Amino acid sequence: MSAVTSHRREDASQRGWQYRLHLDAPLLLALIGVSGLGLMVLYSAGGEDADLLSRQLIRLAIAFATMFAVAQVSPRLLMRITPWVFAAGILLLLAVLMGGEASGGAQRWLNLYVVRFQPSEMMKLAVPMMVAWFLADARLPPNRFQLLAGGFLIAVPMLMIAKQPDLGTALLIASSGFFVLFLAGLQWRLLAFLTALAAAGAPIIWHFMHDYQRQRVLTFLSPEKDPLGTGYHIIQSKIAIGSGGLLGKGWLNGTQSQLDFLPERSTDFIFAVLGEEFGLLGVALLFTFYVIIVIRGVLIAVQAQDTYTRLLAGSLAMTFFVYVIVNTGMVTGLLPVVGLPLPMISYGGTSIVTLMAGFGILMSVQTHRKLLPT
Amino acid sequence: MPRPLTLKDHFLEYRMFTNRAIILLVFCAMLLMVLFSRLLYLQVIEHEHYITLSEDNRVKLQAIAPNRGLIYDRNGILLAENLPSFRLQITPEQVDDMASTLEALEEIIHISDVDRSRFERLLARKPRFEAIPLRFHLDDAEVARFSVNRHRFPGVDIHAGLSRHYPLGSLGVHVLGYVGRIDEQALKELDTSNYSGTTHTGKIGIEKTYEDVLHGKVGVQHVETTAQGRVLRVLRRTPPVPGNNLYLTLDSRLQAAAEQAFGDFSGSAIALDPRTGDVLAMVSQPTYDPNPFVNGIEFDAYNALRGDEKEPLFNRALRGQYPPGSTVKPFIGLAGLEQGITGSKSTTYCPGFYTLQGSSRKYRDWKRTGHGTVDLSTSIEQSCDVYFYDLALSMGIERLHDYLAHFSFGSRTGIDIVGELPGLLPSPTWKRQRRGEPWFPGETIITGIGQGFFLATPLQLATSTAALANNGRIIRPKVVHAEQAAGSGDLLPHQLRTGEPIAIKNQHHWDEVVQSMIDVVHAPRGTARRIGEDSPYRIAGKTGTAQVFGLKQEEKYDAEAIEEKLRDHSLFIAFAPVEEPRIAIAVIVENGGSGSAVAAPIARTIMDAWLVDNPA
Repeated sequence: MSAVTSHRREDASQRGWQYRLHLDAPLLLALIGVSGLGLMVLYSAGGEDADLLSRQLIRLAIAFATMFAVAQVSPRLLMRITPWVFAAGILLLLAVLMGGEASGGAQRWLNLYVVRFQPSEMMKLAVPMMVAWFLADARLPPNRFQLLAGGFLIAVPMLMIAKQPDLGTALLIASSGFFVLFLAGLQWRLLAFLTALAAAGAPIIWHFMHDYQRQRVLTFLSPEKDPLGTGYHIIQSKIAIGSGGLLGKGWLNGTQSQLDFLPERSTDFIFAVLGEEFGLLGVALLFTFYVIIVIRGVLIAVQAQDTYTRLLAGSLAMTFFVYVIVNTGMVTGLLPVVGLPLPMISYGGTSIVTLMAGFGILMSVQTHRKLLPT
Repeated sequence: MPRPLTLKDHFLEYRMFTNRAIILLVFCAMLLMVLFSRLLYLQVIEHEHYITLSEDNRVKLQAIAPNRGLIYDRNGILLAENLPSFRLQITPEQVDDMASTLEALEEIIHISDVDRSRFERLLARKPRFEAIPLRFHLDDAEVARFSVNRHRFPGVDIHAGLSRHYPLGSLGVHVLGYVGRIDEQALKELDTSNYSGTTHTGKIGIEKTYEDVLHGKVGVQHVETTAQGRVLRVLRRTPPVPGNNLYLTLDSRLQAAAEQAFGDFSGSAIALDPRTGDVLAMVSQPTYDPNPFVNGIEFDAYNALRGDEKEPLFNRALRGQYPPGSTVKPFIGLAGLEQGITGSKSTTYCPGFYTLQGSSRKYRDWKRTGHGTVDLSTSIEQSCDVYFYDLALSMGIERLHDYLAHFSFGSRTGIDIVGELPGLLPSPTWKRQRRGEPWFPGETIITGIGQGFFLATPLQLATSTAALANNGRIIRPKVVHAEQAAGSGDLLPHQLRTGEPIAIKNQHHWDEVVQSMIDVVHAPRGTARRIGEDSPYRIAGKTGTAQVFGLKQEEKYDAEAIEEKLRDHSLFIAFAPVEEPRIAIAVIVENGGSGSAVAAPIARTIMDAWLVDNPA
């Protein structure tokens, strides 16, 4: 049997279980690996609380189910509903701004009577989808008008979320939109111009920041100045990570984590627990999973068959990396404290469902490819 | 959805996308490298540093207070002990309903408003897992009542600690002193690390003087704690070293007899063993109970003590500076003999008063009719003032001062209790320096009978009397006989401390003065003959009657006016038995009248209690 005929005879039913279930094995395995490691760390960080662990397990189950469901949606359908999803997201954000529920000093929640819902989570997916949709049929690299319009599509939801205020999510959404533009071929000259503009605009941003946000930046610059106040988080997390050493103090044996010295240890600072109890080795293992996920995501993007899926998949993979690097950079003291969880590991939040929905899109893109005649 | 038709170059787009994706991946790789070098820095290069910080976080040092040394009298009778003290405390996190718990507790245990407000203050401040004291010093009935009802009060328990207690109450309080809570003032003087677990410190008396001996050495406990300070387990423990016990020279039985002998009088008595300097009894009347001071005396009770006209808090034995009156006559007589100013046979005529040449002012003798012609022995025996006016004037204040300074007058005896005052042995130098005035001859005259500027503490009088009994040997008084290291039980005796002995020119002079003091008690005309009549042992003594008002300069010469205003202090010094003295004593009874009437019988009672009940 010649290679040509065998290729021709290939169809979806013969491409194995991955195509039938619309799952991508490398991505799925890496995600399961991260989740497993995350549950272990969370069990220790949460003080061996079985209830906390089971709640996280349920959340993970929902997230994986969501991923599976989203993976069944064909990119074609996804593209068709994109503008509507985006428009709905903007409306919900408006609703939040007008009368959302305040929690922890910020208005992020919309009470839908069934579940409390953060529209900003939805926008994490809706923004890259929208920008990718907008550029889908354009001749790339995009012209100035298209860039301007794309910028507008990013800026509106970003500013609305920043107003809540939720700077971390706003930045993530901005970067997810930016990745679409960049992958679409944003001109280098323009990029340099935008970078210069951002640098010049920094003092203006500083002016519009909330006091607690400014405090975070100041604390980042010199945490030792206020060791019991705002600097405490960073100092304690550095002690936790540093004292972990190469191999760590052992599971459930991290004194910083177990004796309450480390604040927010099941949520934003859970990376420090991993660093303390599993050492550099544990951190390296986690990053192996993360790198597999990002590279697999980019590969899926590269193999994607049309502009929309390609840009969307690339943006989702890169945004995931931003997630990882911002959180770990914050916990190790490289970046200011912005309230972003460590993806797949930190306890709680709707963010884990959003993330997995994103991976559902990646899997959908990968497994809905048409067989191209050679 | 109509869109403008654009020609897409799919291959070009694909290539551009792939390039961009590679650029982003390279950028990601760079960021990862930055992150990993950071982790390498934290976890490998600076690992030791962070391990140290993490240990410092985790391990806290807890001080364990040592048990304070006990204090016994010379016969091993306990004077200061550490008793279990029961405290009611509540751990908030174990209590569901604080208000109803407190309400129910009030039904079985008295809780004052002070207790309640302190509890509420601490409740707001302390972490919820820490036990907060509600009541201190529960009595046995309260402990019993609570124990029976304990099941009704989860989170409430009784904590047993140690609290200083003085079982004999006020007995010897001016020697023992007391401990009290460490206040800010005390904190400045103490070694803060050794006292990190200690709540009480000696405030006065032996408790203060021997603070470093009694306190012991603090123990340390390395504990693992959470960030909130909850102790999880003890990692290492260095036990504290208890303080040493003290054995005093005091005899509590004699002390009780001496205090009792004073009745309602205020005053002081010191009984020394002249051979060793042991303070056998040290009375300062009235006394007070030190026990309420240990854990903070109530405001009203303290004010009552402070406001008491009889000044029970005042340590008369060490700090009461009295005109010694005629009790200095044997010393001045000895000074006259030894310095050749007078002789055994020299006589003076006493008409009942004395005048300075060229002055009309009369210095009266206590006996208005006069003693007639008297020699030194008679003058001591009958306490003739005129003889000593004359002798003092002939001797001059300088020589009088210098000789009496060999005894314990004018300087501290060096007893091992803090707070002793030096009295005042006047001299022209002193007067010029302190008052900027010259010395007048009239002042020399009254110094000869222990009046004027002359001041002595009861302890100085007793110590000087002991020197007479010792034939000039000076032995410093002491109240601590031995220390006992806790645990080993070994006794470390405190050494005999001597001063420079008084040079003896002629032993007969000493014998003669002592003989005249024996006559004071045992001769038919001696001023203290009443206590000598039935004495089973022979006593050498000297009475004194001193005017408190002598302290005031402006009225001291006006004898007529003074006599009406003042009630005299009654004094007596003595040692016995004269053949081999085992006790030397000084007694001052404030406003007691004449020395022979009040002070001498008290001294006799004390000496009886020692000599008759403790045969040599």
